[in-house]
Amino acid sequence: MPDREITFAQAVREATDLCMAEDPTVYLMGLGVPDPKGVFGTTVGLQEKYGPDRVFDVPTSENAMTGVAVGSALVGMRPILVHQRLDFALLSMEQIVNQAANWHYMFGGRGGNLPLVIRLVVGRGWGQGPQHSQSLQAWFAHVPGLKVVMPTVPYDAKGLLIASIQDNNPVIFIEHRWLHNVKGHVPEGVYSVPLGAARVVREGSDVTIASSSYMTLEALQAAEVMSEDGIEAEVLDIRTLRPLDQEAILDSVGKTGRLIVADTGWKSFGIGAEVVAFTAERAFAKLKHPPHRIGLPDCPSPSTPAIANRFYPRAAEIASAGRAMFGLSPTGIVEEPSVPEDIPDPSFAGPF
Amino acid sequence: MSSMNAALLRDLYFGMLRIRIIEERIADLYYEQEMRCPVHLCIGQEAVSVGVCENLSVDDYVMSGHRSHGHYLAKGGDLPAMMAEMYGKVTGCCQGKGGSMHLLDRSVGFLGATAIVGSTIPMSVGAARASVMRGEERAVVSFFGEAACEEGVFHESLNFAALERLPVVFVCENNLYSVYSPLGVRQPEGQSVIDLAQGHGIESHEADGNDVVEVYNLSRRLIKEARGGGGPRFVEFKTYRWREHCGPAYDNEIGYRTEVEFQQWKARCPIERLETRLLEEGTLSPPDIKRMRSQVGEEIENAVAYAKQSSFPDESNLMEDVYAP
Repeated sequence: MPDREITFAQAVREATDLCMAEDPTVYLMGLGVPDPKGVFGTTVGLQEKYGPDRVFDVPTSENAMTGVAVGSALVGMRPILVHQRLDFALLSMEQIVNQAANWHYMFGGRGGNLPLVIRLVVGRGWGQGPQHSQSLQAWFAHVPGLKVVMPTVPYDAKGLLIASIQDNNPVIFIEHRWLHNVKGHVPEGVYSVPLGAARVVREGSDVTIASSSYMTLEALQAAEVMSEDGIEAEVLDIRTLRPLDQEAILDSVGKTGRLIVADTGWKSFGIGAEVVAFTAERAFAKLKHPPHRIGLPDCPSPSTPAIANRFYPRAAEIASAGRAMFGLSPTGIVEEPSVPEDIPDPSFAGPF
Repeated sequence: MSSMNAALLRDLYFGMLRIRIIEERIADLYYEQEMRCPVHLCIGQEAVSVGVCENLSVDDYVMSGHRSHGHYLAKGGDLPAMMAEMYGKVTGCCQGKGGSMHLLDRSVGFLGATAIVGSTIPMSVGAARASVMRGEERAVVSFFGEAACEEGVFHESLNFAALERLPVVFVCENNLYSVYSPLGVRQPEGQSVIDLAQGHGIESHEADGNDVVEVYNLSRRLIKEARGGGGPRFVEFKTYRWREHCGPAYDNEIGYRTEVEFQQWKARCPIERLETRLLEEGTLSPPDIKRMRSQVGEEIENAVAYAKQSSFPDESNLMEDVYAP
């Protein structure tokens, strides 16, 4: 079945299922993991298949449960810990940053491996608001010792999750809520996508758009709009924020001479800042135009769609940035006009 | 006590004496400024480490916090590796990257000590759950101070351990101070930390942490019950650190506690108390004590020499071990 298409959420579930079948040390926990909705479908049926010892609900104790995962990993288990929103995991930053990230280094490599996957969901739309939609990948990517993964397409969601589960380090695996229902080609069986490798998802010669997660979909849409005026954008899905595939980005910029970074998080001190900075340091002479960052403005995430729609940059903003690099005027709205702006597609209905 | 055999009593005495002499030697040497890391000495609290760990096998796990020298040594942690770690040498238990607050010796089940109050408590619970998942019969001891009971993660961890009836023994060493802050400004008057643990449905006890025989007997039962599937247990041992929170000195003159209070606790020195009793009973003789002191003296001098003679890590180690392969 070479053309089998499944959703991002199904791909996450399948990766988990395959790893649990293959390795008895893999286990899955998190608030709501075995509930009827199964974390947006990503964990449905797994408790029935693997039993309550390996797939279980947990107390609402984010920090301690992270510590429980860490402690079990130190003695040979491979825990997957799930949070339905990234925001909830902020309660566990102590365990993630002070303990998990430092562990291997601070014990001089003798403290044991710490294979741990923490799945975080970034919410958006339908009034998720200030504490259910923060996209704080830059926090995690800042810390040596962590790996940070942010897939876009179902193929990568499965392959990167398998690679994350098999990795011997703590991995922060970030899923954008607007990607869960997106379908794509996903082979059956076990395969992995290596951590630390970006992927060119659209070739182009004029401007590089480096993006991750949901913003890659906006970037692809923007690339089509720009193409109408003869600007061919190369869209590079960063996929892994740490380790970051600097070479892939520099290769593309070497070709295009222009760089736009589109990230789901805040623009200030964010992923775009890092990508633009290392590009300037390492390939300044290649740049034909000042780079441009697409990110969230410096305010919290508002709930009401009336202003949330202005909070989130979309394809039009990316396309306008690209057009400006060629002296062209901004483009108008390019999104599907029949879909309200606070949902990704008509299949979404609140609350989610 | 009379039912306890003489060899065990001598072991308990020797274990405490050994930790005391090692800690005092660290304090003496600290002034040379060659151990360039913080040290949190456990002088005065030795009975808890020794009395608890005497009941553990090498397969049982222990985790601890910043004041972990005694726990590490009592669990069988390698002394030269500990000394070398404090001297920042590549032969240290963490190749010098951790320092005194990050002791580790996995070969004896000492899974690690870390520097954030309360942070290894949930890890101990996680290690216990892993053992249960694998059908292993193993106890996990989590050492922490009374200040950890003020952390949210303490309560979260006890709740989960109780929920899953995990084989963890939570050992709280109440030494009355968190750095310079006395218990009275941190916890309500009349409330005991065992009330907090009992609130989570965990069988809890309090005992004299300066009486090694009491520590041994109580923890023996609790460890056995936890290991046998009886669920978690909690014990608070009341004790006192003699020296400053961090560093080698006495600090009774700076004003956060009194010389009188210190002298009262010093009079209850766990080592002297047992020594007096064992001498009276004839279980121990002055020549025995002299021999023990000389044996530990030799051991510590060898460890110090090893640490001092060891190399520092090469500068190229800076970027090594950030990630596991």
